[in-house]
Amino acid sequence: MMSTRTTEIWVGVFVAAGLAALFMLAMKVSNLSALNEEDGFTIEARFEDASGLKVRSPVTMAGVRIGRVVAIEFDKQSLQAVVRMRIDRRYDTLPADSSASIYTAGLLGEKYVGLEPGAGADECEEAALEAELEGRAPEPCEGGTRVLRDGSRIKITQGSLVLEKLIARFVSQFLEGGGKKEAAQ
Amino acid sequence: MLDLLQNLGRRGLGVFERLGRASLLLVQILSGLHTLLPRPRLVIQQVFSVGVLSLVIIVVSGTFVGMVLGLQGYNTLVDFGAEESLGVVVALSLVRELGPVVTALLFAGRAGSALTAEIGLMKATEQLSALEMMAVDPVRRVLAPRFIAGFISMPLLAAIFSAVGVLGGYFVGVGLLGVDEGAYWSQMQDKVDLYDDVYNGVIKSLAFGWVATWIAVFEGHDAVPTSEGVSRATTRTVVYTSLAVLGLDFVLTALMFGD
Repeated sequence: MMSTRTTEIWVGVFVAAGLAALFMLAMKVSNLSALNEEDGFTIEARFEDASGLKVRSPVTMAGVRIGRVVAIEFDKQSLQAVVRMRIDRRYDTLPADSSASIYTAGLLGEKYVGLEPGAGADECEEAALEAELEGRAPEPCEGGTRVLRDGSRIKITQGSLVLEKLIARFVSQFLEGGGKKEAAQ
Repeated sequence: MLDLLQNLGRRGLGVFERLGRASLLLVQILSGLHTLLPRPRLVIQQVFSVGVLSLVIIVVSGTFVGMVLGLQGYNTLVDFGAEESLGVVVALSLVRELGPVVTALLFAGRAGSALTAEIGLMKATEQLSALEMMAVDPVRRVLAPRFIAGFISMPLLAAIFSAVGVLGGYFVGVGLLGVDEGAYWSQMQDKVDLYDDVYNGVIKSLAFGWVATWIAVFEGHDAVPTSEGVSRATTRTVVYTSLAVLGLDFVLTALMFGD
């Protein structure tokens, strides 16, 4: 039988190794070290078609992940899909007129929401531009460009492309085109 | 015909009788746990024999399971040009399923059988009765530390198994087969969720640790005090633990990932 001290040291090593393994699973294997979604703001976008998009799908801008989809609901008034996204707090300077589209990563990959930055124009700048064109002195205006904030809604959206719909459209156009040719002859 | 019915009835009653005794023993063990607080050395001693001594088999099997996953996953994924996802395949299968389940099966063979044999032999050589003669409750002194040691050791062993397996898959996938190192880790981190996958794996291994040591301790305590009885009890421990772990795994998986 080993001495009590050696036993205790070995048990200590064992427990430390187990905790280290758990720590590695948390930090290195899972997404704990990635974006902390709790710490951010939620924006909303309405899509005609959100098929294939899932909760936890990535939200990217310029190909970099800046947040995740947190909820997908159906709005019975507008008959659209309402997609709520949580954006990391670091990215609080996205122009308010950014547009959102649902893309597919690769041929068989998962769907994600891609944000494209708008011009950052706002009513102030537009008013100033108009005034300049009309030769008036620009009116004083408060605030800079508007940015996406908690609860903002993205207005310009492009839903998922469903392959069947595309093919159907292509086929119908093809048939129509063929019909016109025949008519011309 | 009547004999057959009689036999069947006796068997059925026997099953319920043993289940009842096992439950009562569990209650006794749980109600005796607080007496261990002032004497942690008893538990440490058992963590050593249950956990530390199982470490070698866990590390070696974990490495090889991870390596096989890496090899098989690569061969399947490369057909779809998706070998970048190897890390996800290896990590998810290990953390969700193979880590807890294989660890529990190895635990049943390595530690559970030893627990049953030890307690059964204590009973056969009347050491348990001797303890009772000295007004020491054998359930609290002998069974409770072993039960709690198994409960503590199993999640740690399963975590070590999974971590070593991920490294084994890394060795084969990145080292030998040429999967991109960055893709291996980043895809893994992208798809493996801390709460859904890692925590649920830990909960699974806690449940398995509970069941495995419960069965081992009960079979030892319930063994017929002869050499044949102890050997039968040891066999039953390994068989029942394996069946219970696999059945419980299905139930837990359905509860956790079923929706």
